[in-house]
Amino acid sequence: MSFRLSYRAEPDNPWFSWQYVRDNSDTILAALRDHASLTARAVLIAALVALPLAVAAHWFRPLAGPILALTGVLYTIPSLALFAFLAPYLGIGAVTVLSVVVLYALLVIVRNAVAGLRQVPPEVREAAEGMGYGRWGRLLRIELPLALPGILTGLRLATVSTVALVTVGVVVGRGGLGQLIFAGFQNNFYKAEIMTGTLLCVLLALALDLVLAGIGRAVTPWARGRAR
Amino acid sequence: MGARAGPVSGPVGQAVLWLNDPLNWTNPGGILDRLGEHLGMSAAAVLLGCLVAWPVGLWLGHTGRGGGLVVLVSNVSLAIPTLALLTILPLTFLGFGRPAVVVALAVFAVPPLLANAYTGVRQADPEARDAARGMGFSGGQVLRRVELPLAVPYLAAGFRTATVQVVATAALASFVNGGGLGQIIRAGFGLDIAAGGGQIIAGGLLVAGLAVLAELLLALVERLVTPRHLRRVRRRAGSRAADAIAGG
Repeated sequence: MSFRLSYRAEPDNPWFSWQYVRDNSDTILAALRDHASLTARAVLIAALVALPLAVAAHWFRPLAGPILALTGVLYTIPSLALFAFLAPYLGIGAVTVLSVVVLYALLVIVRNAVAGLRQVPPEVREAAEGMGYGRWGRLLRIELPLALPGILTGLRLATVSTVALVTVGVVVGRGGLGQLIFAGFQNNFYKAEIMTGTLLCVLLALALDLVLAGIGRAVTPWARGRAR
Repeated sequence: MGARAGPVSGPVGQAVLWLNDPLNWTNPGGILDRLGEHLGMSAAAVLLGCLVAWPVGLWLGHTGRGGGLVVLVSNVSLAIPTLALLTILPLTFLGFGRPAVVVALAVFAVPPLLANAYTGVRQADPEARDAARGMGFSGGQVLRRVELPLAVPYLAAGFRTATVQVVATAALASFVNGGGLGQIIRAGFGLDIAAGGGQIIAGGLLVAGLAVLAELLLALVERLVTPRHLRRVRRRAGSRAADAIAGG
């Protein structure tokens, strides 16, 4: 606490300071870890829930309308309102943040996965049927692999927006790097703290996006030649 | 309260109770004040976003260049936390107060406005464009009298997405004491969660209700300005634009 006061006594308040990063590396790393783990858990849970939903919407056409409409309505609900609805029941902490963030990630993944599954050409589907594939075989060996680019797009969009959205978790005290940004603002507008949190947030989003893009390239080798 | 059997219990009951207290609406800093602030800054942000994004998007679409730029802008804006912009901008030359909040919100209105303006001009029938050129229209005339009218449904879709986005994001202005309906939620969290639960949910209902209302109203507007035969096509483009934004 005391060293922070001495910084503040300095006349200038730089946007970035290595001194701040060095002196507070523990806090910063803890926030980064928390942010990354919240994001990873959220996207994982969202994907595990979203894929069956997308398949259900794909198989049972009457379900597709309601599922997509529900995701559309949920999408217009502001994040802060969702926090407000859940916090009184789930309390203050990681569970509330995860629930909100999972809901938004879910919507993005479901929409893109359904779009991906719909893009499978009907000829391919018929050919698979003609070769004797059943419903499950067709899904696992033909449709899901062909829908992978759409699914991966959804995962990437969901991941990047989740990284940004986790910061809103400061409202329940678990905002990861948002905690840093908000503390900097309250801490007499300590610019270096705000900027460090922001930069790490953007870099984390970028890094996770690149990782997912790399995974996407690795698991869809057939798409690479076509792109050329 | 008397109509309902039993005591009002649970956060939802408290929320109903809170919303039913007229003083919570009319007090200074009450719902009506906050609603006015919310609408005021949202309108200013959307206006600012339109003033910046539409000319740029239409021009890029007209010249056919900058498609990569449009995609880049929407991808980058996805990664920037709203909270970061809301806390950073007041510390710049903008200073504390409404202008910084409005600019921060406008930044998130730009990507959908820009992308839809660009797409709107690009999708204009090339034959219509060629015919206009053949009639001796200059580049500016083609843009104003052929491409712009054809892009109107897209502009409306972008306007809807951007407005809903801004109305939703404006709730976060409360983090920097920027006013708006989010302030009610924040004040509720400031109380003990057991005591503030009703107010938190009431605030959430107001914020969400406003966003859904904006969505429904603007969907109607979008429908009205879209010619009948274009409606099916539009719906697909609209959902694509909505996928490109996040509910930050």
